[in-house]
Amino acid sequence: MNFRHAKTILLAAWGVSLLASLAASRINPYWLYVFYDIGIGIVMAVSLNLINGYTGQFSLGHAGFMAVGAYVSAVITNQCGDLSMFAANGIFALALLAGGLSAALAGLLVGIPTLRLRGDYLAIVTLGFGEIIRVLLQNMDKVGAARGLSVMHGWTNLFWTFGLAAVTVYVVAALVNSTYGRGFMAVHDDEVAAEAMGLNTTKYKVTAFVVGAFFAGIAGGLYAHSKQFITPGGFGFMQSITFVVMVILGGMGNTIGVILAAILLTLLPEGLRMLAGIEHLAGFSANRPLSWLGETRMIIYSLLLIVLMLARPQGLFSRKRNAPVK
Amino acid sequence: MTEFLQQLINGLAFGSILALIAIGYTMVYGILRFINFAHGDIFMLGAFAGFYLAPKIAALIPLPSIAGTLVVLGISMALCAGLGGLIERLAYRPLRKRPKLTVLITAIGVSLFIEYAGQFFFGAAPKKFPDILPVWQVTRIGGLSLNSNQLVVLGVSLVLLLALRFIVLKTKIGTAMRAVSFNPEAAALMGVNTDHVISFTFALGSALAAAAGILWAINYPSIDPLMGILPGLKAFVAAVLGGIGSLPGAALGGIIIGVTETLVSGYISSTYRDAIAFAVLILILLVKPSGLLGKKEIEKV
Amino acid sequence: MKTWPEQFLAAAAAMLVLTGCNKPAAGPDASADIIKVGEFASLTGSEATFGQSSHHGTQLAVDQLNAAGGVLGKKIQLLTEDNQSQAGQSATVVRKLISSDGVVAILGEVASSRSLEAAPICQQNKVPMISPSSTNPKVTETGDYIFRVCFIDPFQGTVMANFAGKRLQLKNVAILTDVKSDYSVGLTKFFKEGFLAAGGKIAVEQNYSGGDKDFNAQLTAIKAANPDGLFVPGYYTEVGLIALQAKQLNLAFPMFGGDGWESSSLVPIGGAALEGDYFSTHFSPQDTTPAVQAFAKDFLAKFHEPSDAMAALGYDSLMLLADAIKRAGTTEGTKVREALAATKDFHGATGNITIDPARNASKPAVILTITNGGFQYIETVAP
Repeated sequence: MNFRHAKTILLAAWGVSLLASLAASRINPYWLYVFYDIGIGIVMAVSLNLINGYTGQFSLGHAGFMAVGAYVSAVITNQCGDLSMFAANGIFALALLAGGLSAALAGLLVGIPTLRLRGDYLAIVTLGFGEIIRVLLQNMDKVGAARGLSVMHGWTNLFWTFGLAAVTVYVVAALVNSTYGRGFMAVHDDEVAAEAMGLNTTKYKVTAFVVGAFFAGIAGGLYAHSKQFITPGGFGFMQSITFVVMVILGGMGNTIGVILAAILLTLLPEGLRMLAGIEHLAGFSANRPLSWLGETRMIIYSLLLIVLMLARPQGLFSRKRNAPVK
Repeated sequence: MTEFLQQLINGLAFGSILALIAIGYTMVYGILRFINFAHGDIFMLGAFAGFYLAPKIAALIPLPSIAGTLVVLGISMALCAGLGGLIERLAYRPLRKRPKLTVLITAIGVSLFIEYAGQFFFGAAPKKFPDILPVWQVTRIGGLSLNSNQLVVLGVSLVLLLALRFIVLKTKIGTAMRAVSFNPEAAALMGVNTDHVISFTFALGSALAAAAGILWAINYPSIDPLMGILPGLKAFVAAVLGGIGSLPGAALGGIIIGVTETLVSGYISSTYRDAIAFAVLILILLVKPSGLLGKKEIEKV
Repeated sequence: MKTWPEQFLAAAAAMLVLTGCNKPAAGPDASADIIKVGEFASLTGSEATFGQSSHHGTQLAVDQLNAAGGVLGKKIQLLTEDNQSQAGQSATVVRKLISSDGVVAILGEVASSRSLEAAPICQQNKVPMISPSSTNPKVTETGDYIFRVCFIDPFQGTVMANFAGKRLQLKNVAILTDVKSDYSVGLTKFFKEGFLAAGGKIAVEQNYSGGDKDFNAQLTAIKAANPDGLFVPGYYTEVGLIALQAKQLNLAFPMFGGDGWESSSLVPIGGAALEGDYFSTHFSPQDTTPAVQAFAKDFLAKFHEPSDAMAALGYDSLMLLADAIKRAGTTEGTKVREALAATKDFHGATGNITIDPARNASKPAVILTITNGGFQYIETVAP
């Protein structure tokens, strides 16, 4: 894997997303917000890939970290009135950072039990942490409890979404490609052997959780300021599953694959929506309350998920890495 | 004191039904080492099979009756066993040689498929599960309340637990199941038909889920296509708590979750019920990382 | 093989090209012979039973209007988008309906949290939005383009507090709330305020989460607190089971709740355990008003199942919109908004609706009781 041009590429990605965000007013708002969903999906999936893919841990609570970031950043920006573009972007950057750091702290809390737990036991503990965060938010009257929290400012734009997606990709890639980062893969391949080689496996696992949670928090902030309304129920266990699916479908530990899976899985339901609309217009369904495709859209989606996995069990866009000998 | 005893009865009754679901969960896991996300959805299909069967059975055997219930239970279990085998053949077997996590995704896909198809075919509105089993109030001593349904669940859970232990420990197929669980390649070399064993395990697990679905519906007679999600999740938690793969562990885990949730709801705050239940789970796992009755796996170097 | 950063750049560039191709859709096309109305609903997922009911009501209204020649001589086309009962989806689909499909108005949702997601978007785009059954006050506070055809939590909570205190003569009431539902939490808040202000006492407050099936723990604790009544501001999906389990535990006091109870699924599940319980809702089945009777009959004929509160409110949301478009004589957003705000004494399937200055439906509530497996009228409470 070539990592030499990474910084140039990162700058280029920033430039492109900055230009794109300036042209945002010319884009159909529906697609614009679908692009935000894609960008947020990329941040979530790539950061989860660090935990689940590269380090081989199994986290089912990524949406919980996202919730922390979303609520913290929203509470901060809700304190502000209308600001100039410059001030707004400055505050937004700080709020995103605060959201990310809070989520990282939560990640540290979850990371510590990983000292002792493995596999499915770890999965259930991360799931538990995610649910605990949801229940706590559901009981906080200050942030709207079950009703949810209105986010005053829609500050998310293409620059922030894709700029930060590029940063996430860069940081995760830089980590795993560094000498330090070889440790993640060593933990993934064989924890016992890694430890025997003198590797502090605990340190790598906790680092993966903290870094992963940080970016999930950032994604949460982007999400809050794009939807402008957040509820505890929106960060449940099924939401976490969505991101796990992106990581596995993309091919664990394959950043490009995971990015493409995030794009595909966000566009797929919307594509089926479009097909349903065409069917509706063509008049195939004049006498039905909803078009047939509209009603069966999610059935088709779940079937496609099964078929994709059966057709490409190594991940849709997998690359080969020397498989561990077991 | 009466209140506390009543809460304990409530907790045991709820816990024993979770235990019933968890036993099926943990058995499949113990053999195949993968989380069958669709278990809760088979549980739902079992209840719906009972819902559609009951009027047909009632034409032959008057309901509510014990004989009628057994017939409904038997047919529903058989149907779901067949379905479980079919799902395994189509969605899981092609991925047998792949990492467990890839099978997890098809399991999630199957689970979503059953849920959305269920909403499409059965409708999303809750349905009344027919009264198929006669109920009588067992005791009202000192204001305590316990009915026969709650006892039936406890009894059935115990019987199934013992029956499963017998199958796994004493029969030929059980020996083969344990061999596959221990080392599939070695078992195959020893002449065990692993495909056959795994299909059997799935069918058995699905039959158990169907049985749990019917008993759940007898106790909570409101059924809908998403009714399996929450019990499925809780049973998964119970199975992990007890030590995944351990049958008595799953039963114990179910009872602990049931009693904890009930006592937390009754005495602390039902608002934080789920959070506290998970916190208890996390604490137990921190002390015993492989569950209460789970075997500590020694990693081979 | 390309290195990953190059691939990423290529992907980013492709995305830019893609975004450039999409031109904003033109606004509502005045010359077309159809009026496009957008609806977002929870047709699948955990709250599908409410969303489907509401959608059926709306669909019935469209069919009836079109059979009678449409509105302003144009047929109504209802474009329905599913949000899978999930957070975050409503914002996306409402943007689609407005900017890609060019609808003249938006209808939806049952859950206030999902209506609150869509409301700011409708307000920004100056597209009128009518929520059929979101009862949280915050929804219409979003802006002057947001309306609703149901009553709000403070009204219904107060109605039930007065009913419990005055009519039922209750002094010491227990409350069982669905903490996952903003509707239930809101009703609890306003019931409590009203009941305490009238000199009543709250014996104990217990909670559950929507989707739960076992309520024995909560009911046992409620029994121990020895109240003389139980307020359950939840949905029919749980109320039936709560009543059954209360009966098994020998709870010998009446239960009462809000319009979330009203469904043909309630009595089959709760059965005899619900006899003598009360709830407030929008209209009574004994109501002889033609609009009310006709709706119930037509709904049964079309969908082969009895209508419920959600269906009637879904029906009224579209009928109210059609009425406003007729009065405005145009589908232009600002004009329709003004016509909606001026709605007075509109005869709907849920009674006579007048839109108040806060854009909420001001209409009476009725209180029903359950006797012999049917709903029986008790009294009407004016706003």
